Amino acid sequence: MDANIKKQLQIKACKVRMGIIEGVYNAKSGHPGGSLSVADILTYLYFEHMNIDPKNPKWEDRDRFVLSKGHTAPALYAVLAHRGFFSVDEIKTLRKPGSMLQGHPSMKLTPGVDMSTGSLGQGISTAVGMALGAKLGEKAYRVFTVLGDGEIQEGQVWEAAMFASAKGLDNLVAVVDNNNLQIDGAVSEVNSPYPIPEKFRAFGWNVIEVFAHSFDEIDAAFKAAAEFKGKPTAIIAKSTKGKGVSFMEDQCSWHGAAPNEEQYNQAMAELQAALAELEA
Amino acid sequence: MADIIKVATRDAYGKALVELGEKNDKVIVVDADLAAATKTGMFKKAFPERFFDAGIAECNMIGVAAGLATTGYTVFASSFAMFAAGRAFEQIRNTVGYPHLNVKIGATHAGISVGEDGASHQCCEDIALMRTIPGMVIINPADDIEARAAVLAMADYEGPAYLRFGRLAVPRINPLDYEFKLGKGIQLCEGNDVTIIATGLMVSEALTAKEILANEGINARVINMHTIKPIDKEIVIAAAKETGAIVTAEEHNIIGGLGSAVAEVVCENCPVPVMRVGVEDTFGASGPAVEMLKIYGLTAENIVTKAKAAINSKN
Repeated sequence: MDANIKKQLQIKACKVRMGIIEGVYNAKSGHPGGSLSVADILTYLYFEHMNIDPKNPKWEDRDRFVLSKGHTAPALYAVLAHRGFFSVDEIKTLRKPGSMLQGHPSMKLTPGVDMSTGSLGQGISTAVGMALGAKLGEKAYRVFTVLGDGEIQEGQVWEAAMFASAKGLDNLVAVVDNNNLQIDGAVSEVNSPYPIPEKFRAFGWNVIEVFAHSFDEIDAAFKAAAEFKGKPTAIIAKSTKGKGVSFMEDQCSWHGAAPNEEQYNQAMAELQAALAELEA
Repeated sequence: MADIIKVATRDAYGKALVELGEKNDKVIVVDADLAAATKTGMFKKAFPERFFDAGIAECNMIGVAAGLATTGYTVFASSFAMFAAGRAFEQIRNTVGYPHLNVKIGATHAGISVGEDGASHQCCEDIALMRTIPGMVIINPADDIEARAAVLAMADYEGPAYLRFGRLAVPRINPLDYEFKLGKGIQLCEGNDVTIIATGLMVSEALTAKEILANEGINARVINMHTIKPIDKEIVIAAAKETGAIVTAEEHNIIGGLGSAVAEVVCENCPVPVMRVGVEDTFGASGPAVEMLKIYGLTAENIVTKAKAAINSKN
């Protein structure tokens, strides 16, 4: 992709990562690991790919996004804030009484959130319903959803996958954030969903495999998905849990834990340094 | 005496969906491989392009319905009560109830009158489950007239609703010019000794019980409580105050259903004896529907017994 656009996306993603740390640190709880692993993909979708209007979040013809792995809401909130759906200052209210930013996404409270999620396995079904609604209404909008690799252990994901291909929903893209870690350990050890691409292919999906932290690969994958007709597309994105914060990377323990002050300072310093380098 | 017309409320549901489909092209129906039994097949036949079969996958069906609802459609999602309210409870709670989406769950084959299929399919827990979801409307029509009216009314209501229909043909008790009012119980007969508050197919049993009681000199008020949530507090409180004793009757576990809802209102506002007729916290079994209703005490005779007990426990 264009080098300048890529640089801008990298800068945005770095700010989104800082937003994730800021939110989870202030909330003293939340899920930084998976939020950091999905930060690049969400940044790409909201800043580059999706047809949306932050001034009109309920615009009828907008592309839709469903965060099926709802616990990584801090990433979605940081992206939405930086994209202009609401003030970046809101991030510090995450998980606090009266906040528009609930522990898991609520479409009733947060501008830009298209579906309330949090209970794993359910978001993808709603994305399928939205894609079906677009087909039925002969609308051009497309629907995107992001699932965790642990989440695909839920049977409902495969009910939805079967239905989406049976109905030929080529306006639907499901991303699997494949960081290989879930609460109880490695996904491959807890209850292996591998091989993931083969499973989606067997369910009748077009499958693309990417490295989740390469904007070039992400861009190529989403553009290919947009062109592909007749089947929904699954993008299996190999990612690093905790990406961008050295001590959180590939650590299962950072799935659902907030950094203390020292850890917060270190994480922010690392991200600041990365940002300074990008902006240099 | 005129011949009694008997129609299953699920038949009225299917017909009402077709009626809706004719006047509103935003009405969509989804089912989970039970269209022939839930009667959504009538809609499928009339509007194939607006009917979607999720196959035997109720949880996904509810999610798809929710997603469709966010794109401006009024979605009716159907399965048997056991698999809608039961299997897909959490999907209904989190993906329909929490975001308060415009999904109507048309649950058929509720209660013990499923008959021969037995306990695995006789859902007597659905009202209890649905009642705990904030913002969920619950309607259990007494006959085909009320079922049709409720379906049409709920299509105009914005938000989630659970509509409970039966498999068994039941006597028509409502007039043809019946008007459905959400959340308003209907007083079918005046009375001052005791009030029978019934829902679903137990309403006609309540009317029979009223006659039996009248022959014994007991004057029973009868209320058809088609809407279980929001419950009509006013009519319940008036019944408690004016008759001093209440019997509830429902084709549901006595835990968590109409009886519980009525008892909650009575206890908090005007404590009087409340006796519950329902499935006595047990599983059902196989057998012809009408026999099963008798075996499980879902009869006018049992209502009479409980009515007398309620009267006897008055202070």
